[in-house]
Amino acid sequence: MSDSPILDVQGLRKSYGKLEVLKGVDLAVRERELVFIIGPSGSGKSTLLRCCNRLEESNGGAVIFDGTDITAKSTNINAVRQKIGMVFQSFNLYPHMSAEGNVALALRKVLKRPKAEALERARAALDRVGLSDKAENYPNQLSGGQQQRVAIARALALEPKMVLFDEPTSALDPELVGSVLEVMRDLRTAGMTMLVVSHEMRFAREAADRVVFMDEGHIVEEGPPEQVFGDPQMPRTRDFVSRIDH
Amino acid sequence: MEFILQNFFNWDIVTQAWPLLLRGFGMTLILMAAVIPVGCIGGLTVALLGQSRFRAVRWMTIIYVDFFRAFPPLVLLIFIYAGLPFAGIDLPAIVSVCLAFLLNSSAYYGEVFRAGIESVGTGQAEAARSTGLSGFQTTTYVVLPQAIRNVLPDLVSNTLEVAKLTSLASVVALPELLYSADMARSVTFNATPIVMAAVLYLVLLWPLVRLLSRIEHGSMSSR
Ligand SMILES: Nc1ncnc2c1ncn2[C@@H]1O[C@H](COP(=O)(O)OP(=O)(O)OP(=O)(O)O)[C@@H](O)[C@H]1O
Ligand SMILES: [Mg+2]
Repeated sequence: MSDSPILDVQGLRKSYGKLEVLKGVDLAVRERELVFIIGPSGSGKSTLLRCCNRLEESNGGAVIFDGTDITAKSTNINAVRQKIGMVFQSFNLYPHMSAEGNVALALRKVLKRPKAEALERARAALDRVGLSDKAENYPNQLSGGQQQRVAIARALALEPKMVLFDEPTSALDPELVGSVLEVMRDLRTAGMTMLVVSHEMRFAREAADRVVFMDEGHIVEEGPPEQVFGDPQMPRTRDFVSRIDH
Repeated sequence: MEFILQNFFNWDIVTQAWPLLLRGFGMTLILMAAVIPVGCIGGLTVALLGQSRFRAVRWMTIIYVDFFRAFPPLVLLIFIYAGLPFAGIDLPAIVSVCLAFLLNSSAYYGEVFRAGIESVGTGQAEAARSTGLSGFQTTTYVVLPQAIRNVLPDLVSNTLEVAKLTSLASVVALPELLYSADMARSVTFNATPIVMAAVLYLVLLWPLVRLLSRIEHGSMSSR
């Protein structure tokens, strides 16, 4: 059973006005898989990710998550989103709430947990990302790496079946990247399903089950990291990989 | 000197006019307590409608805000109180005042709230929605608290203006502070009641002015 995909993107299309950004994307992610998406700027990586939890409405095709077509109008998207965590490049922590407040908000308002229980679960999630001692700090009292780990804890607290990462380390100073990657590594070990857009190629080589190369709204090539980085089949992939990887 | 004391700071007049002014002051407090929340809630509604995904709704709020910001509040009040009866709509003075203030100050508060909402990055709402919060919950718990904090000085300053504007109610014979003071003046042929009213306004509003300058300085240093 674990071989049937938990996320199945089928012929997904998305346009902004006349600009077609996704031109029929097919992508399947199985449970416990870590899939890496790479590609040049503007190729549609973020758009693809944002269609997977309907932050962006698609114009065609389907996104099947855990058996439900989330692009269908009748789908209760708020219920689906509890099961799909998302981590953003710019963290997007709520600045008026402490770290534990950030993590607890959805536990209280979406899962309707009592305050004490929500805070307890929030602290457990913060502990998981190594920040139990920062629970009462506000975002502006945390480093970028710490903020991003709080954001990961916020996604994890809802016990999602999958987490989407959109360039989680791109806004970080180089010396802070490691702490976030370490958390992602732990998540992978714990069996979390992850779809990651990132330029951390070393991390991709070491941790990804599969690497997907996107260009101009298409998936050009996908395969295990050794293949996509070491022996790319398509000229465009070869070109991209030779420019970013050394 | 004697002349000034006699006409502006006359203790006999003070003791005579005091009960009337106190009642007027009470009415002013009631007016403020009615008109400020009404304006705030109206303004919040206007600002939220301004974020609607329907273009027609957004356009209507723009027209509404422009119209009532251009409409002099005194003209508006007199129109509602003395003009509408010609259409068979005869509203009591207090209702006319509340309606005029709803229309006028919701336009101003609406602009303040709109600026606040737009000062909150879209990433905040996206993060909240991605955890399953509804649009309403996102607005309530994530966007508005930040929006209000970002425009707090403007909110307080607008509230100060609205509070002072309640003296307009005197033109529709609502016995608030200014009306009572002016009545006392015409009965006593003395300006002392007007000075008393000014002092009462000052005592009431000065703390708000203090608060405003404190948060203006506070928000500058925290940025
Ligand atoms: N809201 C929007 N309105 C109009 N065009 C958009 C919008 N969002 C993205 N685009 C366009 O869609 C295309 C794909 O954008 P997307 O953000 O998905 O690219 P990306 O692969 O994530 O790039 P990057 O590596 O720079 O983040 C770009 O050409 C972008 O300009
Ligand atoms: Mg992107």
